Amino acid sequence: MKEELKVVGHNAVRLDILEKVTGAAEYTDDLAFGPNLLHMAVLSSPHAHAKILSIDTSEAEKLPGVHAVLTGKDFPEKFGLYLKDKSIFAVDRVRQVGEQVAGVVASTYEIARNACKRIKVEYEVLPEIHDPYDSIKEDAILIHPDLGNYEIEPWLDAQPGTNIAHLRKIRKGDVEKGFEEADVIVEGEYHIPHVAHTCIETHISVSKFSMDGRLTMWNSTQSPHTQRNIMAHSLGIPHKNVRVIAPPIGGGFGGKAGISMEVMAAAGAKACPGHPVKLRWTREEEFYNSSQRTGLRNKVKMGFKKNGKLVAIKHQMFWDVGASAEYGSNVVNATGFSATGPYYIPNVYIDSYACYTNNPICSAYRGFGYSEFSFGIESTMDRAAKKMGFDPVELRKINAIKEGEGVAYDVPMNPNGLIECIDKVAKEIEWGKEEKSDDPNKIIAKGFASVWKAPAMPANESSSAFIKFSEDGSINVLVSGMDLGQGFLTAMAKIAAEVLGLTLDKVRVELPDTDRNPYEWQTVASHVTWSCGNAVKRAAIDAKNKILDIVQRAHFIDKSQLYLEDNGVKCTTQESFFIPYSDFVITGIQTEHNTWIGGPILGSGMFMPEYTNAMVNPETGLGGHPMVHYTVGAGAVKIEIDKETGRIKVLKMAEAFDLGKAINPDLAKDQIVGGFVQGMGTALWEECIFDEKGKMLNDGFTDYKIPTILDVPRDMNPILVEVPQPDGPYGARGHSEHTMIPVMPAVANAVANGLGVRITDVPVTAEKIVMRMGKPEFMEEKK
Amino acid sequence: MNHTVKFNLNGSPVEVQVKSNEKLLDVLRDKLGVTSPKFGCGVGECGACTVLIDGLSVRSCITFAVEVEGKNVVSLEGLQADGPTKIQKAFIKNNAFQCGFCAPGFVMSATELIEKNPSPTEEEIRHALAGNLCRCTGYKNIVDAMNEVSQENKEEGR
Repeated sequence: MKEELKVVGHNAVRLDILEKVTGAAEYTDDLAFGPNLLHMAVLSSPHAHAKILSIDTSEAEKLPGVHAVLTGKDFPEKFGLYLKDKSIFAVDRVRQVGEQVAGVVASTYEIARNACKRIKVEYEVLPEIHDPYDSIKEDAILIHPDLGNYEIEPWLDAQPGTNIAHLRKIRKGDVEKGFEEADVIVEGEYHIPHVAHTCIETHISVSKFSMDGRLTMWNSTQSPHTQRNIMAHSLGIPHKNVRVIAPPIGGGFGGKAGISMEVMAAAGAKACPGHPVKLRWTREEEFYNSSQRTGLRNKVKMGFKKNGKLVAIKHQMFWDVGASAEYGSNVVNATGFSATGPYYIPNVYIDSYACYTNNPICSAYRGFGYSEFSFGIESTMDRAAKKMGFDPVELRKINAIKEGEGVAYDVPMNPNGLIECIDKVAKEIEWGKEEKSDDPNKIIAKGFASVWKAPAMPANESSSAFIKFSEDGSINVLVSGMDLGQGFLTAMAKIAAEVLGLTLDKVRVELPDTDRNPYEWQTVASHVTWSCGNAVKRAAIDAKNKILDIVQRAHFIDKSQLYLEDNGVKCTTQESFFIPYSDFVITGIQTEHNTWIGGPILGSGMFMPEYTNAMVNPETGLGGHPMVHYTVGAGAVKIEIDKETGRIKVLKMAEAFDLGKAINPDLAKDQIVGGFVQGMGTALWEECIFDEKGKMLNDGFTDYKIPTILDVPRDMNPILVEVPQPDGPYGARGHSEHTMIPVMPAVANAVANGLGVRITDVPVTAEKIVMRMGKPEFMEEKK
Repeated sequence: MNHTVKFNLNGSPVEVQVKSNEKLLDVLRDKLGVTSPKFGCGVGECGACTVLIDGLSVRSCITFAVEVEGKNVVSLEGLQADGPTKIQKAFIKNNAFQCGFCAPGFVMSATELIEKNPSPTEEEIRHALAGNLCRCTGYKNIVDAMNEVSQENKEEGR
């Protein structure tokens, strides 16, 4: 018999909506630290690549109100998540415009800023690199000459003496033979620029070294435990003496994963013990000096049989990771394992290069590289379909990877509903139905894409959870996953409530505090519903077992006859038996002898995937099991294009994702809508534009356009598909990041379908459409 | 140069010392402890700092504090004397926000709209909220919530 779920799978108002809509939510900048608070400002490099010859801070130090001036010489050690190539403040050399050269802690932010202006830095400008193709040239200047000496994760493959921070290769089957067998080969080259996360809350940290040597940090972060680990290591203090508190976060999207500017606040705090020190990025600093999305130049070659079956792929990806690869190297790694798209291909050749450039540092961004490479793959699928006379949707279905078929690194694919996703999206967008605009200057066109993504994690990432009951039978769930807005708190509450027979109003889930909440690796990779959800489920089962034990001992009813429902314990054989939790979860149960059985109920749970293995053969990418599972999906757009201006209006979207089990269907659909709109921005307008010296020309919302409420289509159709993930809580797997991935190729494919112009470099701007329309080198055959 | 500014904040008179170049947002947050208006850009582009001055929505990050002398300033804190407003209730019911950082600004802009035009069309709603950026939601639930408010007001004859 299928167990009926009472909470999981049902809609609910999100747990944190009241505090957010009433203004009660206290984000980091809203916390009061009293008159002892100091403020920090940072001096940034005006050069993209230069030697630092000297720094004179004497004039800054003289300014009244200045407490400390910090430079790289105070902090020689390197830090980073996967590859320690980053400095707290630049040491000897700057590698991007905006890199922090010095910091000032002062009684007010104004004084700190003024003091920064008094710091004199002498630079010797070096040749600079802004394109990954230039980065890999043999005579290219080395951006990190010490690459060979950096501490690095064993599964990364840095190439000292070059600008390549990591190279991930896949060699499955025989790609040359595959192309020989192919009837049709389609090749193309694509370019994806840097884009920015643009969380509305900029990065912020308040850090304090108390006189007893403890460091406390209040950070807007996705990664409190990872930050604690990095701080403890780099400062050489015990983990127990570093406390990272994560107040509500004003957007993350990967930009607040790992650690970045928080180290500067900690450095400032170390210089001023006893004072909380606040560092809050300006919007310009947020663009330059948090992180951006990786840029990509990639070459895609795919070979098909006449029947549409893919036989080979050669995919070379040259990632522009910017001035540091401390986190971006893992984007390069993860995509290296996955850059086939969601298709079964017997012969796979992938090279994924992490290329240092003198552009802003790139790291995690919703989609973790999959948006970037999928643009080339999905454009190729459409071009191939046209060349072979297949419907593009049909061609995707022919090649859709099935459970058990080998992925690029030749491990069997997990259960998935890709074909169901494709069919549902095609139906919703009315694929194949020609539509005409009433305006003769406008064309209506549709575009399609199917995608996948796996969580990119170290093989031994893990999550843990505590559950504690209170007198009234309510619970607090302690976890260290972060609610970035995706609804994590609500999902965890529902999982706990489901196991414990609680109504949702009895559950609170606490935001991370590394002193109190148990370990979580990071809230990234769209993996916390799955990973932390498993930990919460196990913690709830642990608490449940304790409850059943106590009731069995007190009432002499065998546990097998007891079950949890309606905020208490019931019995299958005695209908009138009911003990509400509020009767015993703290006090225990009183016996007829007036003794007590039980005590405060606590549950704990942990989860780590025990089948993953990142140690593949570096020459083939085979021999390991680097990813836990893939989430698949499809997306389509209907757009209206003005032939005269090139302007695109998105009229309708449909996206379907197989998330295994929707813990909260409403919020899961909201992720699809939000991710689609973020993807739409990157498809149509978003691009960090630099001059030839690496200075960003659009470092504000006036020039860097993100979608407004006027830009989004009225007709948005999120669709959920549920093919259970065997090791997911109630079958769940993540899908929040994935929702962005189909949009860029779906838009470009729609433009090609409507106008015949094939745009191979996003964003698909009106200018590009108008300038390229009718020019043979940009035209492809119309559908 | 220092000034003493007197104004009404959320219904109560306040008096505060400010510098000539000090922004209303910083004075509200740092000197008066009113933290619902958020810093998002500092140059009036994102709308997270929106407050009402004499009933008009204003970007407090580009308003000098000295400009509000004698005026009525209302932030999100001042709207809820009787609990969440109809607009807030609709936002709650529709899960209108995700990270929530932009929410106070949206509530303020929406409040100004509904005060002036109790049952706006969807087009009017979108135009009134076009200055408030949200990176999470795709705005769908915000529009849905506001359509509900509009419909409710219409039914109530407002």
